[in-house]
Amino acid sequence: MSVLVNKNSKVIVQGFTGTEGTFHATQMIEYGTQVVGGVTPGKGGAQHLDRPVFNTVADAVAKTGANVSIIFVPPAFAADAIMEATDAGIALVVCITEGIPVQDMVKAKNYLLGKNTRLIGPNCPGVITAGECKVGIMPGFVFKQGRIGIVSKSGTLTYEAADQVAKAGLGISTAIGIGGDPIIGTPTKEAVELLMNDPETDAIVMIGEIGGGMEAEAANWIKAGGNKKPVVGFIAGQTAPPGRRMGHAGAIIGGEDDTAAAKMKIMTECGIHVVQSPADIGKKMKEILGK
Amino acid sequence: MNLHEYQAKELLKKYNVPVQEGIPVETAGAAEEAYKQIKVQTGNSFAVVKAQIHAGGRGKGKIVGTEQRGVAVGKSADDVKQIATNILGGTLVTIQTGPAGKVVNKILVAQDVYYPGPNPVKEYYLSILLDRSKGMNVIMYSTEGGMNIEDVAHDTPEKIFKEWVHPGGGLQGFQARKIAFNFGLSGEAFKNCVKFVTNLYNAYVGLDCSMLEINPLFKTSDEKIIAVDCKMNLDDNALMRHADLEALRDISEEDATEVEAGKYNLNFVKLDGNVGCMVNGAGLAMATMDMIKLAGGEPANFLDVGGTANAQTVEAGFKIILKDPNVKAILINIFGGIVRCDRVAQGVIDAYKNLGNITVPIIVRLQGTNATEAKKLIDESGLKVESAILLSEAADLVKKAVA
Repeated sequence: MSVLVNKNSKVIVQGFTGTEGTFHATQMIEYGTQVVGGVTPGKGGAQHLDRPVFNTVADAVAKTGANVSIIFVPPAFAADAIMEATDAGIALVVCITEGIPVQDMVKAKNYLLGKNTRLIGPNCPGVITAGECKVGIMPGFVFKQGRIGIVSKSGTLTYEAADQVAKAGLGISTAIGIGGDPIIGTPTKEAVELLMNDPETDAIVMIGEIGGGMEAEAANWIKAGGNKKPVVGFIAGQTAPPGRRMGHAGAIIGGEDDTAAAKMKIMTECGIHVVQSPADIGKKMKEILGK
Repeated sequence: MNLHEYQAKELLKKYNVPVQEGIPVETAGAAEEAYKQIKVQTGNSFAVVKAQIHAGGRGKGKIVGTEQRGVAVGKSADDVKQIATNILGGTLVTIQTGPAGKVVNKILVAQDVYYPGPNPVKEYYLSILLDRSKGMNVIMYSTEGGMNIEDVAHDTPEKIFKEWVHPGGGLQGFQARKIAFNFGLSGEAFKNCVKFVTNLYNAYVGLDCSMLEINPLFKTSDEKIIAVDCKMNLDDNALMRHADLEALRDISEEDATEVEAGKYNLNFVKLDGNVGCMVNGAGLAMATMDMIKLAGGEPANFLDVGGTANAQTVEAGFKIILKDPNVKAILINIFGGIVRCDRVAQGVIDAYKNLGNITVPIIVRLQGTNATEAKKLIDESGLKVESAILLSEAADLVKKAVA
């Protein structure tokens, strides 16, 4: 059933009673996501949005059987929230929080090693399996059901891609917003791998940004695997100046290898259908699948 | 956030990292006093005057209209005073500042570390930064100190060593010793280097640095290990837990428009093009810049207005973009998800009317929730604003505007 999340996913919200947590939990429930409760330390025992609030993630897991957590905790405490969810054995942790200190994420990423938890994000829009389950902050209606998977570092660019895919007469299986920070739980390659192995996904849109080497790693992996499914790629930041942080903490050109041009070149060499303009993502996908 | 050399050295001293001692001053008179003080302390009649700007290459850079270098040795009080006079208030152009250069408001009068002694002096390179792919901090070092490290990496990559620090255990003693051995040090200098590296790593973590570079890392003639120059970048995300560091921000080093944008919580980066843009989301904002270029324009800025694009943020965005006289058109690109497009459209109309005197063409592309209603609002507003729904339509309108 697609990847990461589906209609059987039981989701808890960390930072449940806060403004962001409340707003997006409501939206997720409206979408049909099984939100089974939430965690706000000190507010355990209360009810919020007709669901139980727990003091700890471990309590929430024990009482609700939750296997997915979404984090809306402020940046100073978010890495701690990720580690708490990991410790409680949550299978998938989606961290929306933007602005987590890098050294905190170095610790959290190390904590995840050898554990059975997958982290998506931080600084991401979340994950959505169209028509089944939304664990994120994306506008659900944009993601028409279908068989195209999306992996993206950027939020609104993911919505843009999903919208173009829908306008091309296609739809989305699962869209994974991996996040725009320098250290993230699931890099491009791992997210692409999930979709490559998903029988309900026929093709993939891979959206990257300047900075880091994740797109090159994914491209090489796709090629080594024999390009099993067509991939349409785009890299944002072709016009970004070097050394400047472009909104996302990770979007900064550090050298010759992490410019948009360098990434697009290696992706093209690896058989990915790279588009120059973000306006051509849907068109290109239709063109390839129409052949 | 970038720090000045003198600020970084003050912070390092708190972590017991030995540095080239110096006194930051803003006038030639104070520079002379600083020289006298340093002469008493060191017994050396040489001192180094170093321009404090947020850019490297100061030693080779020159003050505009003169032959004065950004870093110079003074051999007497008068000499130091003269150099200070030449540098202060001048514009220093280095390989990193671009042709516009940077005005020097402050200089560091520092001790001369090349004082004579029993052993030869030697320069090394050492930096600590994040290895994104490994999710770990890495110490990068080389015996080729005092040089441009990018050149060393390019020409003699075998002379660059790397030591990764495990996030669980932190920097271990054997790692610090390995670095000192690879520098070829022994005796007192070896011991001092191990202490230096250990304390420097503590500073990197304790201050939440995103980059800490010591070039040169210096062995004196009496076997001391000291930081002669220091480039320190702090993680902006971590400033919330370092109120004292936030206070070190020097906004005169930053683009004035970018500073103003920050007041409105707008994420803005000034560029040199002719088409301004205002977008929600960093990825879409970069993609929009790319599209402007493909349509024959050049992006004048990066501007992410974030998740809530309302009349206030749009108005602030307009004001900031319009400060740039090169802007010939503005493209607003909003993908309305949770934010409704008709609300954003109303915000654009209100902001436009409030400002009153916008003379450049505005192109608004609104897609997502209530996009059709939004287009209708814009089209019927009677303003000189062109609207689009598809990204490709917006691109065509940009093409027309810059033609």
